[in-house]
Amino acid sequence: MMKRDDCLKALARHVAEADIVLPVYSTAFDWIAIRPSPLNYLSHGAMGLASSHGLGLALGRPDKRVIVLDGDGSLLMNLGTLVTITEVAPPNFYHFVCENGTYEANGGHPIPGRQTVDFAGVARAAGIRTVHEFSDIKIFEQQIGALLAGPGPVFVCLKIVASGPQERDYSRIHGPQVRAAFREALAAD
Amino acid sequence: MQVSASRESDRTALLGGSIIREIKASKIEFVVSVPDITTSEGLLRPLAQAKNPRLIRICKEDEGVGICAGLAYSGRRSLLLIQQTGMLDSINAIRGVAVEYALPICMMVGLLEKEPGVPPRQSKRYGVRIVEPILDAMGIAYHEIEEESDVAKIKPAIDAAYSDSRPVVLLIGRRPS
Repeated sequence: MMKRDDCLKALARHVAEADIVLPVYSTAFDWIAIRPSPLNYLSHGAMGLASSHGLGLALGRPDKRVIVLDGDGSLLMNLGTLVTITEVAPPNFYHFVCENGTYEANGGHPIPGRQTVDFAGVARAAGIRTVHEFSDIKIFEQQIGALLAGPGPVFVCLKIVASGPQERDYSRIHGPQVRAAFREALAAD
Repeated sequence: MQVSASRESDRTALLGGSIIREIKASKIEFVVSVPDITTSEGLLRPLAQAKNPRLIRICKEDEGVGICAGLAYSGRRSLLLIQQTGMLDSINAIRGVAVEYALPICMMVGLLEKEPGVPPRQSKRYGVRIVEPILDAMGIAYHEIEEESDVAKIKPAIDAAYSDSRPVVLLIGRRPS
């Protein structure tokens, strides 16, 4: 098992300035501390939809890499997205899921299927061809660069430990200023 | 009587080709859709055979709200073509993404089982009757597309949604031919 922070730091070393990144909930707070950028797309409006927003961005901006940092509880709310991603098959789309087995932002309750669900297996069954699962940070650090350098769609499950309850200021990710900054940065890029 | 009924039918017929022409005139590049029986034959099937706009088939309607949002940020116009049952299922996504974030999510919504010629609020179908009051409560603009003369509402409605950055719903009240 890995720590989310370590995974995000390893990932950030391979994320370019021009990449769009969509992190959700707890991951969003950790990510914006590691990689502050107006091209972080933080406002998803409803739980589970980050990958769908990302798919729209990948279609709308095929010139840019789109990296979704999803949660396991979030993905469970929108499993059909994996089928849609397969159908659309955007080559610039990279979908990471931080699997900690809990609804961390909602009190740390376990997700259904915590001990049994196989997210990588679900992604493969949905038709995504490039699927990986990591639970060792050293192996993830070795392979992440090549994964992001290759064509999408890519699905990566990161097995991480839960961080426990944390106080978060959600206005930092849901505020209108965040969306305005993203819109401006994307239009200029 | 048969002649009269036929003339009435001609007058009120809704043509899929006219709607598609307006969709294209509105510079819609992507149609994002879950099939809807009202618009299945007259709209979705011909749209599926065309390259422009590009059809994106989705598994569930709220996915489409997110996809259209991403496209809107990218400066690309899209239309979410769904049934009112799917719109009702996606209320939270529409609330959060379209209304609270003030994004131009344009929805074309087939009204399943609405009686032709009957205003949605007067439908005998509960699932039809509640649609406009819900949109009113959410503060979302909508337009009834029931007859061929209503098709002219489509482009101005979509243009306004994008110029004002707000959602709009186009309610398809009968099966386009």
